[in-house]
Amino acid sequence: MLLNEYLLLAAFLFCTGVYGALARKNSVLVLMSIELILNAVNINLIAFGAFNHTVAGQVFALFVIAVAAAEVGVGLAIVLLIYRNRHSIDLDKVDVMKG
Amino acid sequence: MTWFLTNAWLIPLIPALSFVVILLFGKRLPNKGSEVGVIAVSASFVLAIGTAIAWIQRATSGEEHLRPAANNDLFLWFKFGPSETHFGIHIDGLAVMLLFVVTFIALMVHIFSLEYLRGDRRYTYYFAALSLFTASMLTMVSASNSLQLLLGWEGMGVCSFMLIGHWWEDKANSDAALKAFLTTRTGDIGLLIGLTMTFFLAGQTFDIEKINQAALAGHMPHTLLLVAGIALMGAVVGKSAQFPLHTWLPDAMAGPTPVSALIHAATMVVAGVYLVARFYGVFSQAFHIFTPGNSGFNLVAIIGGVTIIIAALLAFVQHDIKKVLAYSTVSQLGYMVMALGVGAWTAAIFHLFTHAFFKADLFLGAGSVSHSGSHHSFDMKKDMGGLRKQMPVTFVTFVIGSAALAGIFPLAGFWSKDEILVGAGHNGYVAFMVIGLIGAMMTAGYMTRCVWLTFFGEYRGHGHPHESPRQITGPLIILTFMAVVAGWVNGFGLHYFQKWTANPVVESAMRLGRVTEAPFSWAAAALSVTLVLIAIAFAWAYYEYHAFGFLHGLTERNATAKAGYTFVEQKYYLDHLWTDVVVGSIKRPIAAGAYWVNQHVIDGAVNGTAAGSRVVAEFVYRYIDQDLVDGAVNGTAFSAEEGGSILRRMQTGRVQQYAAAFFGFGVVIIGIGLLALTHSF
Amino acid sequence: MGGSHLALVHGLNVAQQIAFFALAGAMVLSALRMVTTKNLVHAALYLTVVLAGAAGLYILLAAEFIAVTQVLVYIGAIVVLMLFGLFLTRAPLGTGQDLDNNQRWLAAIIALFLFGVLGVTLQKGFKGTHVNAIPITDGGSNTAAIGVSIFHDFVVPFEVASILLLAALVGAVVIARRD
Repeated sequence: MLLNEYLLLAAFLFCTGVYGALARKNSVLVLMSIELILNAVNINLIAFGAFNHTVAGQVFALFVIAVAAAEVGVGLAIVLLIYRNRHSIDLDKVDVMKG
Repeated sequence: MTWFLTNAWLIPLIPALSFVVILLFGKRLPNKGSEVGVIAVSASFVLAIGTAIAWIQRATSGEEHLRPAANNDLFLWFKFGPSETHFGIHIDGLAVMLLFVVTFIALMVHIFSLEYLRGDRRYTYYFAALSLFTASMLTMVSASNSLQLLLGWEGMGVCSFMLIGHWWEDKANSDAALKAFLTTRTGDIGLLIGLTMTFFLAGQTFDIEKINQAALAGHMPHTLLLVAGIALMGAVVGKSAQFPLHTWLPDAMAGPTPVSALIHAATMVVAGVYLVARFYGVFSQAFHIFTPGNSGFNLVAIIGGVTIIIAALLAFVQHDIKKVLAYSTVSQLGYMVMALGVGAWTAAIFHLFTHAFFKADLFLGAGSVSHSGSHHSFDMKKDMGGLRKQMPVTFVTFVIGSAALAGIFPLAGFWSKDEILVGAGHNGYVAFMVIGLIGAMMTAGYMTRCVWLTFFGEYRGHGHPHESPRQITGPLIILTFMAVVAGWVNGFGLHYFQKWTANPVVESAMRLGRVTEAPFSWAAAALSVTLVLIAIAFAWAYYEYHAFGFLHGLTERNATAKAGYTFVEQKYYLDHLWTDVVVGSIKRPIAAGAYWVNQHVIDGAVNGTAAGSRVVAEFVYRYIDQDLVDGAVNGTAFSAEEGGSILRRMQTGRVQQYAAAFFGFGVVIIGIGLLALTHSF
Repeated sequence: MGGSHLALVHGLNVAQQIAFFALAGAMVLSALRMVTTKNLVHAALYLTVVLAGAAGLYILLAAEFIAVTQVLVYIGAIVVLMLFGLFLTRAPLGTGQDLDNNQRWLAAIIALFLFGVLGVTLQKGFKGTHVNAIPITDGGSNTAAIGVSIFHDFVVPFEVASILLLAALVGAVVIARRD
């Protein structure tokens, strides 16, 4: 197999995730897009790990999965809190930091 | 005795530990942590005296006197690539002198503060900050590499910020703190650039000695060296309050008076002078200070010379006694920088040495006046006058300090100022010698005015003036004693100071330009003292006997004189230049044109009716918004008085727009980098 | 691509290539649908497809332990959590409403440029580089090697990660708690 096949696929997933994070209104959808980005990173890590003949890539991917789980937990908690206070999770409407 | 030299690293370490102790346990101690600070600074002071004695023994004991007692390798700090950076101390005459001065003044200020800040709401915090400041300054002056110097330099900046804003509840004080911090930071950009450049120019080393040697050996391309020198000069201008960035120092007087005495008169503000003196190899080569036939001008000397006159003029129009002293400090720092610029290295650091004592004396005297004489006011015209009877000790010490500052024989200021003037003449910088003489006359004039307004005439305040308690007069007397005798170590043609601080870098720089130290000259001394006495007599006659009647009220009668007075009183409009023109244009570079439109809209809003302008502002807003942001903000919360800020609109509060900008610019930059790489390989 | 010609020479690689492109195609389509669909629950299901595809890729790269973890944690926990999030916030579940904000085209352009930059860089750096999925240990299993690595070389990051999870747990409870 070619290393670049994996890397380009990961790059594509990454960019799709970026598009989703920038263009989606619903905050849960934004969280999903961020998961997409993290997955792209994981694919890269494992592909490079296989390329280098080391398990370090897989160990790092494992850590990324752990961090992603934590991120989703906290992220959804924040989303719930926003929903409770504002009755909407549209990111367009969360602009209290407007100057 | 060499124990002191090899263990001089204890001197900065003790106040640093004191800072931690005060911070953690200060509030629970019986004296709220002040005792820790005083004890720590006393210990450092004793060590500094030991170091000074050991150094003097070494310096006068034969052939190895020039070699610095450096301990360049306390421990390995970090390394990257081929270069290792060691944390170390560098002990030579300059460092020893500053260790002594800093610990001495710090001790005096600590004792003074015990009484002056008694019952302050942030007493513990104040002493913690003082300790941290002392540690930073001591770290800087004993630094063996330029990163360590930077560490101490920035540490001092932070402490200066904290202490100027000590009473931050008052908006003016926190504004002054911010101004001081930001102005000095502006210069610090130069420091970063300069230190980075010298790092590479000297072959990837932070070691100051190696940098100086490399500069003197001519290994550096002169253009690059000149750029590095100018960048470093920026740091000097910021930190040592030289023209045109001097505006922060008078505002810094918002801090407690002992802080002004320690940080903004005696020690921190001389950091810039120290920087030039420490990197003298770089500076003298970059600006050709010793090159014969160099027409007698260079950037360092010009900045110093201009600062002397500009600041001295400003000192004449101040009503606030601390501001008179602040401008005087700026002016005296100008002397030091000018002295370095004209190659009078010893004279410059000698002036630094003597100036620390009499200026700290004057500031603490002003503090004493406000503490016990004028009910916490610093306004000479409103709340002072005639205090000589009620406050005899403060009066005598203040007058002696002023005389020392003015340069009256045989007080400290006389010897150092005289050396600067003689040195300037000796090295062919005649124009700067004349500037120095004029500056000396002006110094005498404004100090006479200050003394007269404070201690003579009728009492104009509303308090009950009395003499200050012993914790305040004690330091005053000690400092006055130093203000009298400090000059004698290099006076009367003795030149002890010169032997003790002799610096191999400076000597090789002078040899390159075939220049020698200027000899003492009684004729020059007599000339400067005479001029100073004339100035004092003139000012005295003007204030006490109302002589020169045509001058009184001149500013009311004569338009030109009034314009000149306003120009000086407005501090040459430099503050306006910085805040309105420079900061203003930097804040809004993108939408300069739109800003112009808005300015006019605002004018309309102020002058015209509110309703009409609101419509105009709404229109302009929509127009610009469509063009610039292409956003669909409805402009509901927009109001006429907010119309001026363009940047405000970029802060939509919508995270996704920020993220889009972030990713967009990131992609553009990476893309450009990629293109550049593709084309260069 | 010169590499794919080479890859087709070996019998085993043909199967791998077929599997890879099948997975990759499904992932690309699902990812695109995920960020464009107008139905929230569908988006979550498309995400599941992408995650499952990634697990398949891990197996192709002989990272079977990560593949299993991926299925368990991502599909089993995270997607379910996402769905819970959708239900709890009473998101509109039908199709038809606009889920995108008004900077959709800007975002599309940025993502496209990002892909262009990344693609060019990757092609420059790794064009024609082969990667083979031979297991690292002789026993044919990577799981043992990962276990040894985590508890030898990466024990400190492992502990840090556990602290992080604990902090996230407590943090999520504190934030979402009704009081």
